[in-house]
Amino acid sequence: MTALLSVIGLGKKFGGLQAVQDLDLTLNEGEILGLIGPNGAGKSTVFNLINGVFPPDAGRALLEGREITGEPPYRVARYGLARAHQIVQPLLGMSVLDNCTVGACFGRENLPLHRAREVAREVAQGVGLGDRLDTLASTLTTAGKKRLELARALSARPRVLLLDEVLAGLNPTESERMVHTLRRIRESGIAILMIEHIMRAVMSLSDRIVVLNLGRKLAEGTPQEIANNPEVIAAYLGDPQRMPEAEGVE
Amino acid sequence: MWRRAFPWVIASAALLYALFPYVTNDVQLRESLLLAAVYIILASNLNLVIGYAGYVNFGNIVFFGLGGYICLYLVNDLQWPVILAALAGAAGVSALALVFGLGILRLRGAFFALATIGVNAAIAQLVTNFEPWGGATGIYLAIDAYEPLGGPMQALWTIYLLIVGLMAASLLASYAIRNSKFGLGLIAIGENENAAAVLGVPTPLYKALIYSASAFLPAMAGGLYFFKSGIIEPGGAFSLRTSIEAIVMVMLGGSGTVIGPALGAFLYEESRGYLLTAEAFSHFQLVIAGTLLLMIVTFVPGGLLGFVHRWWPRTRRWLE
Repeated sequence: MTALLSVIGLGKKFGGLQAVQDLDLTLNEGEILGLIGPNGAGKSTVFNLINGVFPPDAGRALLEGREITGEPPYRVARYGLARAHQIVQPLLGMSVLDNCTVGACFGRENLPLHRAREVAREVAQGVGLGDRLDTLASTLTTAGKKRLELARALSARPRVLLLDEVLAGLNPTESERMVHTLRRIRESGIAILMIEHIMRAVMSLSDRIVVLNLGRKLAEGTPQEIANNPEVIAAYLGDPQRMPEAEGVE
Repeated sequence: MWRRAFPWVIASAALLYALFPYVTNDVQLRESLLLAAVYIILASNLNLVIGYAGYVNFGNIVFFGLGGYICLYLVNDLQWPVILAALAGAAGVSALALVFGLGILRLRGAFFALATIGVNAAIAQLVTNFEPWGGATGIYLAIDAYEPLGGPMQALWTIYLLIVGLMAASLLASYAIRNSKFGLGLIAIGENENAAAVLGVPTPLYKALIYSASAFLPAMAGGLYFFKSGIIEPGGAFSLRTSIEAIVMVMLGGSGTVIGPALGAFLYEESRGYLLTAEAFSHFQLVIAGTLLLMIVTFVPGGLLGFVHRWWPRTRRWLE
């Protein structure tokens, strides 16, 4: 397997706070890599550093072997990396279809408008927004906005997808549908790096998991290894006896 | 079907607009319509920046004024034909806007708005102290400047037709941009610039391009308009008041739509004509404009067209 996304020695400081330090990540083709850790561990910052929302102080990021360190977000998107935000950022005054068309137009394939509209329609239908194409994004429910966030990212036809808590705030049925959708995305060959707090989902979806604590990598391994790692349990998962309860939280 | 017909509707409307005073041979009507056409050009191009990209350009009049100065200078001192001079002015102002745009469009919200006022004020000061352009007294055209157009009387008609042409071009450009990939990117920027960038919209480039594009036709209109007046001076060319009125027009008709700003400009200009001649209102005209803006942004932020779209959602599909 070849690495689609590699992160080497990534670091970022905000004032006196070392948000991310010396972080290495590798995301392989057709893989789902889970990124977990307590609140404030620096997970979303890692995403911001990778897709260029702000430049890192140290380290590099490579997408398909191409240097993307410090490139602005719109160029990183063009190279084939798409992102769904934790706090959804729909283009409120635009329809679902137009939202996705923006993703398709300016994504990896840089499509002309009419082709982009076809791709957008296809993708929106794929994630279950097919009957909402002309709806204004502002009138969607929370679950709908989460789906839109995902559809927009997928419309770019990316190689790598960064997903920031796409399951948060969904009820069990919606969450199950979303997990199903994510599996299908992986099967289509897109590599996924996902931040998630819902342990049941992240354990069952991920091929590997990286645990972040205080900006550093605490552990890395298969879901099984992570679940049994004493350090991870102490820092994040909590007492194994109380695991079933902890799952329900968030 | 209407969507495909739109360019033809605009072209026909412009043709009627151009012919009406010609057929009736009504000079007074022509002057009133010419002023309205100028405002439609200003509002329609301002809308590209405000309505599409979501950036409030308070100093938009600087394009008009500077275009006027360059044109009159070329006509008066270098004896250029007026159309060529107006085109050169437009190209120059557009290029300048591109350079300025790459700088000040890094600012957002109120800071950008303030910077645009600053640009207008700075250029006005510069021109006021620029002796080749007549300093504070400005440039007066010699009467024989109109000879190439067949004398002053004929020139007025020619300028009128040219300005109506620019008006039609403004609307068609606005329509073409709104229905292009470029326009989609701009509207995404207007909705949420950070999200647009993450989706891949090259935000700095697009913003600078639309800022520059929005300068071209107003600058050309400025050239023709001040050529018609025969005089240009800093106070009239860089009037912040006109800048603000243009914003009122865009908001009144509906920012972000194609015909909204034109509708707003026409209504505003024609009703102002009435208010100015009505004794009771003539001193309150700006007060009325200010109150109007306040009421629009508070109660109908979408303007006239936004109001129509809200109550008749089906019109959203074809009435742009």
